[in-house]
Amino acid sequence: MAETESYPPIDPTNFDLIVVGTGLPESIIAAAASTAGKSVLHLDLNPHYGSHYSSLTLQDLTSFLNAQSPNPNINPHQSDTDTTAIDVITRPLYSDIEISSYDDSVVESSRKFNLDLAGPRVLFCADLAVDLLLKSTANQYVEFKNIDASYVCDGNGNLMNVPDSKSAVFKDKTLKYSEKNQLNSLFKLVQGHLEAVKSVETGVDDEKVISEEDLDSPFVMFLDKMKLPPKIKSIILYAIAMVDYDQDAGESCKDVLRTRDGIDRLALYHSSVGRFPNALGALIYPIYGQGELPQAFCRRAAVKGCLYVLRMPVISVLLHKDSGNYKGVKLVSGQEITSNKLVMDPSFTVTSSPSESPQDVSKFFDAGTISGKLARGICITKSSLKPDASSCLVIYPPRSLYPDQATSIRVLQLGSSLAVCPSGMFVFYISVVCDNALEGKKSLHAAIDSLFSAHTSGTTDSCSTDQIDSTEVKPTLLWSALYVQDLFEGLMGPVVMTPTPDGNLNYNDLLHTTSKLFQQLYPDDEFFPETSNTDSSDKLEDDSEVGIES
Amino acid sequence: MHGRPRKPATPVDENASALKAAKIRSLQSQFLLNHHNNIYTKEALEINAKLIESNPEFMTAWNYRKLAFEHNLSNQSEADSDHIKSVMDEELQVVENALRKNFKSYGAWHHRKWVISKGSSSTERELRLLNLFQKQDTRNFHAWNYRRFIAGLKNISDEKELQFTTDMINDNFSNYSAWHNRSVLLSHLLEKKVVGYFPKEIFLKEEYEFVRNAVFTDPDDQSGWFYHLWLLDQTVKVDMPNLVSSWPPHGSEITKTTFPIVLFFNEPVEGVNLQTVSVQVEDAIFKNITWSLLSANKFKCGQAWLTHLTIPLGETNSSKIFQVKISSEYSQGIISSNDVPCSQHWSIEFRVSVCHDFQLEGQSLRRMLMTDENFCTVGINSNVMDLFKSYFELASDYEQPTSSKWKSEMIASELDQYRELLSWAECKIGKLTLARLLMANDAIGTTVAPNTSHVEEVLKLYSELMELDPAHYQYYKDEYSLAFLKQVTSSKESLMKYCGQYKESTSSNITGPMCLRLNSLSLSQIGSFERLLWVQSLDLSHNQLHSIEGLEALQLLSCLNLSHNKVGSFMALDPLRFLKSLRVLNISYNEIGAHTVDTRRYLCSSPLSHTFDYDKKFEEFATGDEKVLNCWEAYSVFGGLDIMQLDVVGNAAADERFMLFLVKLLPGLKWLDGEELH
Repeated sequence: MAETESYPPIDPTNFDLIVVGTGLPESIIAAAASTAGKSVLHLDLNPHYGSHYSSLTLQDLTSFLNAQSPNPNINPHQSDTDTTAIDVITRPLYSDIEISSYDDSVVESSRKFNLDLAGPRVLFCADLAVDLLLKSTANQYVEFKNIDASYVCDGNGNLMNVPDSKSAVFKDKTLKYSEKNQLNSLFKLVQGHLEAVKSVETGVDDEKVISEEDLDSPFVMFLDKMKLPPKIKSIILYAIAMVDYDQDAGESCKDVLRTRDGIDRLALYHSSVGRFPNALGALIYPIYGQGELPQAFCRRAAVKGCLYVLRMPVISVLLHKDSGNYKGVKLVSGQEITSNKLVMDPSFTVTSSPSESPQDVSKFFDAGTISGKLARGICITKSSLKPDASSCLVIYPPRSLYPDQATSIRVLQLGSSLAVCPSGMFVFYISVVCDNALEGKKSLHAAIDSLFSAHTSGTTDSCSTDQIDSTEVKPTLLWSALYVQDLFEGLMGPVVMTPTPDGNLNYNDLLHTTSKLFQQLYPDDEFFPETSNTDSSDKLEDDSEVGIES
Repeated sequence: MHGRPRKPATPVDENASALKAAKIRSLQSQFLLNHHNNIYTKEALEINAKLIESNPEFMTAWNYRKLAFEHNLSNQSEADSDHIKSVMDEELQVVENALRKNFKSYGAWHHRKWVISKGSSSTERELRLLNLFQKQDTRNFHAWNYRRFIAGLKNISDEKELQFTTDMINDNFSNYSAWHNRSVLLSHLLEKKVVGYFPKEIFLKEEYEFVRNAVFTDPDDQSGWFYHLWLLDQTVKVDMPNLVSSWPPHGSEITKTTFPIVLFFNEPVEGVNLQTVSVQVEDAIFKNITWSLLSANKFKCGQAWLTHLTIPLGETNSSKIFQVKISSEYSQGIISSNDVPCSQHWSIEFRVSVCHDFQLEGQSLRRMLMTDENFCTVGINSNVMDLFKSYFELASDYEQPTSSKWKSEMIASELDQYRELLSWAECKIGKLTLARLLMANDAIGTTVAPNTSHVEEVLKLYSELMELDPAHYQYYKDEYSLAFLKQVTSSKESLMKYCGQYKESTSSNITGPMCLRLNSLSLSQIGSFERLLWVQSLDLSHNQLHSIEGLEALQLLSCLNLSHNKVGSFMALDPLRFLKSLRVLNISYNEIGAHTVDTRRYLCSSPLSHTFDYDKKFEEFATGDEKVLNCWEAYSVFGGLDIMQLDVVGNAAADERFMLFLVKLLPGLKWLDGEELH
């Protein structure tokens, strides 16, 4: 094949580490390993960085979601004397893909979109991702803007502002005075607790510490104990602590948030507000999309000597015939590269060839089981949900859209100022944790129905006749992509499998897993050691630099 | 800027600061040399600029720059505007460098004002600079102060500036400077009667709501409290000075032909004189009247004004009744400290009956003992009842009843809100504000008699606050005392409970005036003087008084017991020097002389801090070691009084030498610390 000849040969042919896939966890491991002085080869079969964490044009996104064909099994096994090859195939992560277009102008400007595969996702100013960007100095490659506003749906389908800080509570026009007092009292209690915990460590008073008993109790019970009304509870649980499952469901709740963790989440939110003087709220988003983050770490890795080859599929994993230990990989070009360690993104798995006993294969590739499903949606409109906010987060707490809505639905609206869509358009990301595709899709559709009005005019022939002027003008849905993603958690083995994007709004859990994987890979190396030149960069790269000018 | 803990200096820091000190010292000596020789060359200015940059606090260096600026521009014969501009820009740059070093440098901000007020610089640039500073530290009061200056210079509308404070408070309401500027701007708008801000009830409602958001969101954040206090003051305040009481009271009858007249106003006023107030006996207008201010402060304004009147007795009219009328002749001439004239006409009429037989007023040579057994309750038929009566029926046309409707509505609505706040959260600001609102509610309520329907609740709130917030115990105690006195003086009946008739224990005869006995009430402050002008004998013993400010209005006072209080110096007794009728004084068991410096009220006891001039006669009077501080203070307070009976025992200052001094100072003294003098 002529194609194969175009694959460049890689030199050298032996590395400390080979990383396959350029998703965020893989990119961070590559950057951390390079920083620790390892020789790293970083491969991706796609022509772009980011794998399942990338931001793509509308066309590329569509094809990426649909690309489920396994690699052509090109080369027969050359039965080497001392090597066994196991074929690598990609397994589909996405199912139930539904793409609808109601307006050609969207598809026509496909290239002007940078759509996140793993949306909705934001960074909290004080979260692990921001810390890691600063620590690794990868922050110099990304710029952020803050999310303008955050809303939560009340029981009646109205979107209310999330009063997430003292000043937001002060300004809020809808809260009663008693509610203002209750909300801020809780904020202060959490703050007091954290300070007291700190001072207990240094041996001062422990008056304000929340009791162990309370810390171990469900957070929802703690909030009840504080006599907070349902409205305030809902704001705290779903719009600040970002809980997925209905905490009032009692025994049947799948994931009960403990007070201890609830307080940590409130603390994360609060330390995010005002961490950077030029970021107004708690949440920030990278300009040009979330795909910028893996790229930033890849650039960091490249600076430290990591070798990058894109469009280079791996066709098989090579094992020592005698010991059965991992030896290297065989590329689509036919070249064999050896390394001590291998990290692969979770969309790869292996077929067991007849010559191998299944146990041998599973010994290396415990591909992991699906730990859950996520329904994601991407919607495009020409108007914003709220006239005064071009980017915003919307939370639909459990039971807010329909009675058996079991999990919280999160929506992120982004405008063109974040360079993710053509000007005049808005992108909405929706996600919801679900048990099965049916349930997930139901939630997505309920959110879409609540957010948008159906497309009524234009090229499509399904022109509906009702011309009711509703009091609130909802954005009209122009294009949407709905899909269900399988969730895999990362796995440590002779071959390391990285996690798929999770259902959270931030990267904290993923980064936690990633740093654990790195530590298991290289127990003697530090995960991004502190360098002396990082302290000065504790500032967000944003348009308005603070300083005195003459 | 705020909330940053101090770190102890490391050896590295210390080395660096030693190095810096050496550098500054060398620059400083060069600079001072230039300064003394009036050298204002470019090089000299550069040295000065370097010095300022390393130490912006050095006032002399800033003053030198002002001299240099004037010197260099005065040499310029023709007005070369480019040159002036470059010199000014240079100055502004130096200030900016200094502010970068320390943005709270007084000298730097002052210099900037000085340069800008010379004109011709762009105020746009100043606003840009301010925005930067106010972004960095939103509470920096220097920047806010400078902002007011620039806003005035540039004629930025108060409304625009008000919006700026709204924005700043919305960002973070924990900002005293922003709340303060808001009160300043609203006062301007009100004063200028800008549409939408005048009369004040238009904006007060919204402002109450605005600050309520802050107080209710975080009741522990104190920045909004002061603003609420200001709003409450604006609500309650009567915008016009007015007479609230007098001695003798309207409709009363007195029996002495020489007596003091006291006019007591609702706020300090000036301009009480022959032109503004007329005194008329029968049909004759008295022209030889001198009104004097009853106040120990240095200002021209005061609440109480005094004159003395002697009824001219002919030979024939030995038992005649004289009608005396005191009225505002030209009330516009009586103005408050902020120049608001008294526009309400008032007049007081009373009778003086001349009764020669009753004129004995023999001064008892016996020692007065203010112990419980020396007092008996006052009989209902006592003639003092008449005085009381006229006091409490003194028609109060003072407050305009029409204006108080919105006031009571506003305060009632605030009361509801704060009662609700207290229903969810026990917080001190809630209690304190509630107490203030209740007092305000009583103050603006009915006009005929003081309303004290809420005093019990107020007293309870202050008692709770004293326990809840011991750090501010004294403040709550003072407020408690004032509320308590308001209640005591509110009616004839309540006052009667605290009155006693003096009689000597050995006889059953009533031998002295009626005494108001406010002893053992743990009062820390006294007030409500406008209702006590009739008092001749006052027992304030066994309280916690530090000061007797305001007591000077009680011109009839002849007998005063202040024993067992916390008076810390003779200066705290300064009001006594106005009480010319005082004969019996007990200041025993106080803390006079116990504190070299009284840190509570009278900050520093020295002739420099006194409100009256040092009396040269003291030099002649005192000899040798009498010239100690306490003697001088006692001299200035007691020197003009005719005290017969004095108790000073139990004070650190009362040593033997001091006793001798007192005997010399007070020739009329008959009894000193219980011992009869010969």
